[in-house]
Amino acid sequence: MNRVQGLWDTSVGKKAVMAVTGLIMLAYLITHVLANLTVFQGPAKINAYSAFLHGTGGALWVARLVLIAALVLHVVAAAQFTARRRAARPVAYAAGREPQVSTFASRTIRWGGVLILIFIVYHLLHFTLGTVHPSFVEGDPYHNVAAGFGNPLVVVFYELALAALGLHLYHGIWSSGRSLGVSPPSPHPLKRQLAAVLSVLIWAGFAVIPIAVSAGALR
Amino acid sequence: MNLTLHVWRQPGPGAPGRMVRYQAADISPEMSFLEMLDVVNERLMETGEAPIAFDHDCREGICGSCSLMINGVAHGPELGTASCQLHMRSFRDGQEIHVEPWRARAFPVVKDLVVNRSALDRIIAVGGYASAPTGSAPDGNATLIPKDAVETAMDAAQCIGCGACVAACPNGSASLFTAAKITHLGLLPQGQPERGRRARRMVEQMDIEGFGQCSLYGECQEACPKEISIDTITRMNRDYLRALTAPDRAAAAESD
Ligand code: HEM
Ligand code: FES
Repeated sequence: MNRVQGLWDTSVGKKAVMAVTGLIMLAYLITHVLANLTVFQGPAKINAYSAFLHGTGGALWVARLVLIAALVLHVVAAAQFTARRRAARPVAYAAGREPQVSTFASRTIRWGGVLILIFIVYHLLHFTLGTVHPSFVEGDPYHNVAAGFGNPLVVVFYELALAALGLHLYHGIWSSGRSLGVSPPSPHPLKRQLAAVLSVLIWAGFAVIPIAVSAGALR
Repeated sequence: MNLTLHVWRQPGPGAPGRMVRYQAADISPEMSFLEMLDVVNERLMETGEAPIAFDHDCREGICGSCSLMINGVAHGPELGTASCQLHMRSFRDGQEIHVEPWRARAFPVVKDLVVNRSALDRIIAVGGYASAPTGSAPDGNATLIPKDAVETAMDAAQCIGCGACVAACPNGSASLFTAAKITHLGLLPQGQPERGRRARRMVEQMDIEGFGQCSLYGECQEACPKEISIDTITRMNRDYLRALTAPDRAAAAESD
């Protein structure tokens, strides 16, 4: 088995790919949430940031292609791992298996991931392409956000997907260090302060916006 | 104590099995779980029924033979305790207790509660050893090892290979077992020559045997009768990934 195969053909290698692609998407999410929060500073700031991104030309597309590649690898690995775990226990416990310490976040990571994936598609149609937006204006993200959450069902869908994202990160940020073999040994290996703080901050930063719009804070 | 048991009965490999209900009356709380099963079996034999087959040997928590899923928890409710060391005082009088074999594709049921765990032996066989020259024993002080390396290696070396980690894992992963051996040998000077190759081969074998991946649920360390830490899994991943990236080690692994 050569090195590239060793990164995909064993479960440990594939999990490392999952961790790296997850962390690439995490890096993007951090810039994304910071940029989104400038919406509270009025139209000038966020529209200028949008103009800046679109002015970079090729760089924007390089970033988009990296993110698409990361997402595809991550999702394909998730699908293959789901098949592997199913095959690993063909006969279930008749009386069930009682989870002892696994977190809700870790146990919902697969279905949460599916919800996030559906959300990503909807979100691109909503704010990037404008296909499902009631009054999309190219180059005016402030207006698009302020007008994009008129339908309460859209707000509920966003909040559900963001909750799934927060849970996903609560497990993923912590587990990625272990999957990559870089986390230091710990007397309490299941503790995750950094992951807890980061995931709550990222979730809150995204989640506040649809609620603020519904509450009439942006117009 | 009087208990109601629901026990997995299966006459042989591949045969259909089912949960069967038994009354366990007049059980002393001082008995171990296996002694309780002994009593139930004696009564079954008196009535001409086949006794419940279960694995056991040392009955003192060191051989790794006993392997019971008790009420959905590998080795039952006490932390850091194998089924043989679990006492009936850990249960309530009148309680219903479900007893099942470990469930994993890599652990086929042999009979009743007995599973075949040879898959773990095959993981050891591909890399769970250190090459040592035979001959007279080396001087005890010739190879100095830092105290913390010794302690961490010995913590990992406590693995008795019972397979509770696999049984408790939602993915049926043998990562904790494999990582314990990789950690134990990889931290000691004697284990260095094969370190990279060991990680690669043992990880590959784990997959070949059909165990699941590690999702870091943490259930394995909670189930482990020796309380082995998932830190060992971090070390296994590091050794494996280093073996892929370090050219010399990777080359050494390739050449055989
Ligand atoms: C914004 C998007 C996403 C980010 C930032 C992200 C991040 C992460 C991270 C950091 C991990 C941890 C990897 C590890 O344990 O080493 C992870 C695990 C996982 N992710 Fe994602 N993810 C994203 C989207 C998705 C999507 C769309 C899916 C599925 C359709 C998904 C499914 C999974 C699964 C199943 C795992 C656990 C794999 C396992 O432990 O076996 N993720 N994710
Ligand atoms: S019988 Fe030996 S560990 Fe339980």
